[in-house]
Amino acid sequence: MLNAYLENTLVYDSALCNGCGVCVEVCPHTVFEMDGRLARLVQPQKCMECGACQLNCIQGAIRVESGVGCASAMIQAALKGQKEAECSCN
Amino acid sequence: MIEIGSISSAPQIHRSTSRLSPANRWDHFLARVGVRRSQHRVEPGLYALGNPTPDSPVFVSANYTLSFDALRSSLPGIDGYILVLDTKGVNVWCAAGKGTFGTDEVVTRVMATHLKDVVSHRKLILPQLGAPGVAAHEVKKRTGFWVEYGPVRAADLPEYLKTHKATPRMRQVEFPLRDRLVLIPVDLTQVFLPMLAAAIVLYFIGGWVSSLAAIAAVLTGTVLFPILLPWIPTHNFSTKGFLLGLLAALPFALAPFLRHPDWTWYHKTGQALEFLLAIPAVTAFIALNFTGSTTFTSRSGVRREMFAYIPAMAWTFGTGILLAVVFIFVR
Repeated sequence: MLNAYLENTLVYDSALCNGCGVCVEVCPHTVFEMDGRLARLVQPQKCMECGACQLNCIQGAIRVESGVGCASAMIQAALKGQKEAECSCN
Repeated sequence: MIEIGSISSAPQIHRSTSRLSPANRWDHFLARVGVRRSQHRVEPGLYALGNPTPDSPVFVSANYTLSFDALRSSLPGIDGYILVLDTKGVNVWCAAGKGTFGTDEVVTRVMATHLKDVVSHRKLILPQLGAPGVAAHEVKKRTGFWVEYGPVRAADLPEYLKTHKATPRMRQVEFPLRDRLVLIPVDLTQVFLPMLAAAIVLYFIGGWVSSLAAIAAVLTGTVLFPILLPWIPTHNFSTKGFLLGLLAALPFALAPFLRHPDWTWYHKTGQALEFLLAIPAVTAFIALNFTGSTTFTSRSGVRREMFAYIPAMAWTFGTGILLAVVFIFVR
């Protein structure tokens, strides 16, 4: 596994897109781009699974298992026997 | 129309300026070195910046002093309102991830401050990084206010306000050297005591060289790693950490050959191996833990890394320490 970050949980169904462009606006890593009247996935491998696009897509065209990409939070959750890691920085 | 029976006293509008005082800067310094980390708070509510009118823009922020101050200090000469959400003293992006900078809190705060009576327009400017917690269409439905996502960085706001269109650069999060450097002090304060404890224990096992090795391993992970992050080859944080740790271990591995030419070959090699195994494991573990501080690692990627490399870290570290203990007796 040379790069653990090439794959992620982002799934986009362009058939549901209404072209509002909010995904392009909220994505901090330019994963989406407007292509005419529809959004297009241009660099899915850069997705950090923050979930901003999914939450703001009124069409439900985007699915991503969002969560914190933080080893320290996941290790703490594992030690405490929790299933879901929550970031614990204050 | 006067509502009879309902007590709707106009909520207080706090005053603020775009100037940062020495007290603000001292507070920022304390936050950056990790002193009372959750206590750098601003009171949630509505703030007037300059002399706003009902037409002035409304900016939404978190009640973490570094977030609030970054916003207001980026708006010199601009009249507006700042709606501070209660994010429990956590910055915008992290709070959005936790959901405290979220749809419900935006709605609650808009209602509680009677924002509809304060401004005549129906638009909120949110920081883009608040989007993981806020559904713009939900806020519209529940409050009547349109959410507009401004730029990632508050510093780009004056430029943004000219057109209300963010350039692609304004929308992109980066992780430049400066942003990586400011994280080091907090991490250092967190590792300091464990590092000291490890150094003391190792002194009894292997003398001052071993103590120094512990300090080198931890400092390589907490200080050098964030600085060198983009330039270390490989993509995964763990392998980056192993590589950097190996470099830090080299002088320690050479030490027995230079300092003790009289030792047997297996003794010299053994001690070199202790350092070559234990130091990179520590550095790699700290490097892996840095993922949460970065602006780009995904949860599924970090999880894959953890499963792939934590066992290797545990084995190499354990073997290194075991060797050190064995050599106490065979010396």
